[in-house]
Amino acid sequence: MASCSDKELEIKSAVLRLALLKYIKNANAGHTGGDLSCIDILNVLYNDVLNVSPENFNDPGRDRYIQSKGHAVEALYVVLASKGFFPESDLETIGRYRSHYVGHPTRHVNGIEFNTGALGHGLSISAGIALAGKMDNMNYRVFTLLGDGELAEGSNWEAAMFASHKRLDNLVAILDHNTLQITGRTAEVCNPCPIDEKFRAFGWVVTHVDGHDIKDLRSVLRSVPFVTGKPTLIIADTIKGKGVSFMENVVKWHHGVPDDGQYKAAVRELELRIKELDDKTA
Amino acid sequence: MPQGNVNMEITDKLTTGRPNLEVYSETLSAMAAENSDLLVVTSDSRGSGKLVPFAQKYPEQIVETGIAEQNLVGISAGLASCGKTVFATSPACFLATRSLEQIKNDVAYSDYPVNLVGISAGVSYGALGSTHHSIHDIAALRAVNNIIIVAPADNHETLMAVRAAAASNKPFYLRFGKKPMPDLYDEGAGFDIGKATVLTDGDDIAFIAFGEAVAPAYEAAQLLYREGVGARVISMHTLKPLDNEAVIRAALECKAVITVEEHSIFGGLGEASAAVLMEEGVAVPFRRVGIPDEYTVTGSQSDIFRHYGITAGGLYESALRILKSQLKD
Ligand SMILES: [Mg+2]
Repeated sequence: MASCSDKELEIKSAVLRLALLKYIKNANAGHTGGDLSCIDILNVLYNDVLNVSPENFNDPGRDRYIQSKGHAVEALYVVLASKGFFPESDLETIGRYRSHYVGHPTRHVNGIEFNTGALGHGLSISAGIALAGKMDNMNYRVFTLLGDGELAEGSNWEAAMFASHKRLDNLVAILDHNTLQITGRTAEVCNPCPIDEKFRAFGWVVTHVDGHDIKDLRSVLRSVPFVTGKPTLIIADTIKGKGVSFMENVVKWHHGVPDDGQYKAAVRELELRIKELDDKTA
Repeated sequence: MPQGNVNMEITDKLTTGRPNLEVYSETLSAMAAENSDLLVVTSDSRGSGKLVPFAQKYPEQIVETGIAEQNLVGISAGLASCGKTVFATSPACFLATRSLEQIKNDVAYSDYPVNLVGISAGVSYGALGSTHHSIHDIAALRAVNNIIIVAPADNHETLMAVRAAAASNKPFYLRFGKKPMPDLYDEGAGFDIGKATVLTDGDDIAFIAFGEAVAPAYEAAQLLYREGVGARVISMHTLKPLDNEAVIRAALECKAVITVEEHSIFGGLGEASAAVLMEEGVAVPFRRVGIPDEYTVTGSQSDIFRHYGITAGGLYESALRILKSQLKD
């Protein structure tokens, strides 16, 4: 994989944010807040970590990415489009009659491994894929992205127990810890904290990362597994709506769609961000 | 006409075979010998699944998830996505509905060919009570797109269905009871998924049944034969896709149709057959025998079968009753 600089990836993140907002605006639907909280993670995964591309997508040895929090599909779509899995113009059809680009990931879209979106499924699926890798002596890794609200689904804990029991150190769960869910603060809805202690008690290695710091994400995501024989949880501290100031940390942007004025303001802010980064590079 | 090489003569006594589950386990062992990618996934259910011999012989090919059926199905889907031939084996009562969302999304919607095996299905667990009965699994799974549902009646159907499921690249649900089952087929008989088997021919009454309810229908046909009543016994081993043709032919050629199922009469074979006939415009005296919408009576599987008329005697009487009422009209 051609290595890009941190700065290039930072610019890429802003470009991806612009793209996902564009297609959410176009479709008049989408999970805006969660897309913006996980986009830096996806950017680093697909551009710096995962051994997966349109060329090797059918190769049994490819790394796997399973997006358990399927609702943040617009983030995944724009990343896959930018990697060449399909033309970006396909995304103009999101949500349309007979389009494959629906509001949650499906295998009808090139680059997607599993149909997800019902929460609490991705970790079990990923554990199965990781186990197959161990059985077949393949050295691929399996990454799955979980939401913090999603941790209330009990099936996660079934999978967490299984993964450590089977010593699946090729399994990496990344938690998009944006502390919000559709009803409000996750800590107030049904508090999952302390998440790190819970996963450690289940036999996992847990580490924290700033989910918007490209440099931090790169170094952490590239150095897994941390302990042989143990699955890894990376708690990525994120901000829901990150990158668009008026959306940040505001519950209603969970699946809010910007009106024309808000959209313009968001675009302005992100374009300014790109300009700043460009200037710094120069 | 009956298809294949089946028991055309209604013999006096059926020879008792073995529990279908034992045949399931043996068939897996035979296939595992040739396919190291064949995996059995269990949720603390290898004992009830008669899989202990398999586990001893192929310890690397059994995956234990502990008592966690949702996880069992998700893991199985992950394994199947990597090319494994997976038989996810768990009591039908838990597998089919506790994990229904995983079946729907991870297996059927994602289109990975997991073979889901519901063991001790129907009221096999009898006196353990309704928590352990699965009389709703067919109803739940029939409504899920992209899954083939098969409930074998005897050892032969079991062997053939398990091999077919392993060879298929589509999701399957196989449903097994635990009782020794009489052999309903001759050696070397055919079997096709999606094609019902006519076990006995007759044009007075048709019994359409599946799984462990086929044997009592067959025995009822023996009793009726002695009275000069011709009964057609159809093993509708494949619940989905249903053999519509066989249902329509039975209704056109026989004077009445009785469906027999170890399942709720809601959402099962009876309703499925009725829908086929209504849409075809075929009117025929018709009755569903199965578990009615009530707290299921307590007792062993045989007690429950007897209570609801899923026995040779019960079905014999149901047949005579429906034929008699038709004469009156
Ligand atoms: Mg959240």
